[in-house]
Amino acid sequence: MGTSGAARAHRRRAAGAVTLVVVLALVGTASLAVGARALSPGEVWHGLFGVPGADQRLSEITLILRTVRVPRTVLAIAAGAALGVGGALIQGFTRNPIADTGLLGVNSGASFAVVTVILLFGLSNPLQYVWFAFLGAAAAGVVVFGLSSLGRGGGSPLTLALTGQGVTVFLAAMTTAIALSDQASLNALRFWNAGSVAGVGFEVIWPVTAFIAAGLVLALTTLPAINLLNLGEDVARGLGVNTTWSRTAGIVAITVLAGAATAACGPIAFLGLMVAHVARYLTGPDYRWLVPYAGLLGAVVLLACDIVGRVVTRPGELQAGVVVALAGAPFFAALVWRGKFRKA
Amino acid sequence: MNGTARRTVAPGVRLGRASFVWRPWLLAVTLLLAGATFLVFCLSIGVGDFPIGLPQVIATIFGRGERVDEFVIMDLRMPRALAGLVVGVALGLSGAITQSIARNPLASPDVLGITGGASAVSVFLVTVSGGAAAAIADTVGLSAAALAGGLGTGLLVYLMAWRRGIEGLRLILIGISVSAVMEAITTWLLVTADIRDVARAQAWLVGSLDGRSWGEVLVALWCTLALLAVVSYLAFPLRPMHFGDQVAASLGVRYSMVRAVLLLCAVLLAGVAVSAAGPVPFVALVAPQVAMRLARHATPPLLASGLAGASLLIGADLVARTALPVSLPVGVVTAAIGGPFLVYLLVRANLRKDR
Repeated sequence: MGTSGAARAHRRRAAGAVTLVVVLALVGTASLAVGARALSPGEVWHGLFGVPGADQRLSEITLILRTVRVPRTVLAIAAGAALGVGGALIQGFTRNPIADTGLLGVNSGASFAVVTVILLFGLSNPLQYVWFAFLGAAAAGVVVFGLSSLGRGGGSPLTLALTGQGVTVFLAAMTTAIALSDQASLNALRFWNAGSVAGVGFEVIWPVTAFIAAGLVLALTTLPAINLLNLGEDVARGLGVNTTWSRTAGIVAITVLAGAATAACGPIAFLGLMVAHVARYLTGPDYRWLVPYAGLLGAVVLLACDIVGRVVTRPGELQAGVVVALAGAPFFAALVWRGKFRKA
Repeated sequence: MNGTARRTVAPGVRLGRASFVWRPWLLAVTLLLAGATFLVFCLSIGVGDFPIGLPQVIATIFGRGERVDEFVIMDLRMPRALAGLVVGVALGLSGAITQSIARNPLASPDVLGITGGASAVSVFLVTVSGGAAAAIADTVGLSAAALAGGLGTGLLVYLMAWRRGIEGLRLILIGISVSAVMEAITTWLLVTADIRDVARAQAWLVGSLDGRSWGEVLVALWCTLALLAVVSYLAFPLRPMHFGDQVAASLGVRYSMVRAVLLLCAVLLAGVAVSAAGPVPFVALVAPQVAMRLARHATPPLLASGLAGASLLIGADLVARTALPVSLPVGVVTAAIGGPFLVYLLVRANLRKDR
């Protein structure tokens, strides 16, 4: 009875994961087709795999797909998966249900780096400061992790969360101070803060995706350890978990994932927190399932929000980060109200 | 053996119907924080283009000052300092209540929707020129409209989270959702607005103590005192609630009612602060955690949190006005001081455990 019940749960979760992959493929196709110039599935197919140059109209479609639609679709999937996995991991490692990917100072570090390089070097093109943003995010993550690990009392989930808050508060203040005194920085900051997957080319997307892939692999190695760490530090150690190593690996993975996604898109708040809760509701507390679910959900949600953003304010576009909050938050609040979620 | 037992069990004190635990360290820290708050308060009044010595400031506050000092202090500088005091206490107290009830150190009234709502409304009024927005801004005033937006959002969160009572995690998660919506609206308004309006809106978004009048400050002061009275009355039943609803219920606490009233107080206190200084960020988050660590207390101490918030805010305002080469809103300096101080307390506590 017990075994068959476990097997059934196992099958159900596997089927759910397959369903999410199918949904992701469908939304991905929709993302290629929807936009200022709507394309039919046939046109998408031809544009992607057909021989270019034969037909004026087809080569135009190819151009749209390869320079606009494919890059933003790839980025939305990669960043969404990164933020989803990052959100689930940070909630697991801090054991705090309201932890978000920005908690380790990643978002504020990236924003601070952006306004600083604009102030110092007068950069004006977002593509120029992507890597500074990544460095800022990584540096903030390292500082938070380093400070929170000092001493024998260090490394606890509470210390990590509060140190992250303290560093975030400080960096946000510095960012505001610069933005208030320099109009160019303020102008860049307001667009940066909105969080968008558009306007970034493959020269940025490939390296970012490579970082995210590395982060995902590292994240997957920590999953069994999170399950045991959530039973308590001592229990985990007693069961043979190298707690220092798995926590370090987890924090590095979160920083790389959130940092790479934030560098390419700007801070997209709330996505990681939201999908982590939805994933926990769907899978239960087993992180070996929860985290992959969160990644798939994050990709689906960010991609869907990007599509919605292209359509609702034509001829303009609404940034994906804005849509995530405007559309996702009410839905999330309704789920919370109906009592769907338990503690991390 | 005996010694350890005596140290871990704190003696109780009973005065009529009220009883409390005798905690000398907490009392000492609270008194110290009160003294520190009074000191920075007086310093903040004394320092300026027309410097006044500390003894004269104190004498004038108690009504024995000279004519000139009295004009400068009571008419020019007192409203600003008093605004800092009231806003700091309100934010610290509001944060302590929120963190106690959510039993989560990352919670703050910012996630209850007040800050987000007030920001969205004020940015809307600043960036959307003409039409209804301009009419509202002219007739009601920016801070009153922002207060209405903040309180409206806070109450919306409160009502949305109500389901046979208020539960901590549900309230916080719904508050985060509503705040996310408000922040998205703010971001979108900023992205589409003219850059000069953005600069004005950004300055308002960090909070400031500039140009407070006696009238505004007094309203905020009385509201805070009234709410402080309610909170002090409920501080006693709040204590067992840290151990969970079941323990509280078995000790005779009507936890659902206490929680609902206390959270309402937290919302209103944060609203008072927003009306007096704009959405000063982070004080409500940092002050309770700092007070908790200074007082070596397991939960955020209410009064000490309020005093920590006040001394942080007035001190930051003092630094912002005098020590810095550029003029910055008090919210920026508060965060720049409060964040590192919290990290310092955490690291120091962790290093001490080595011994």
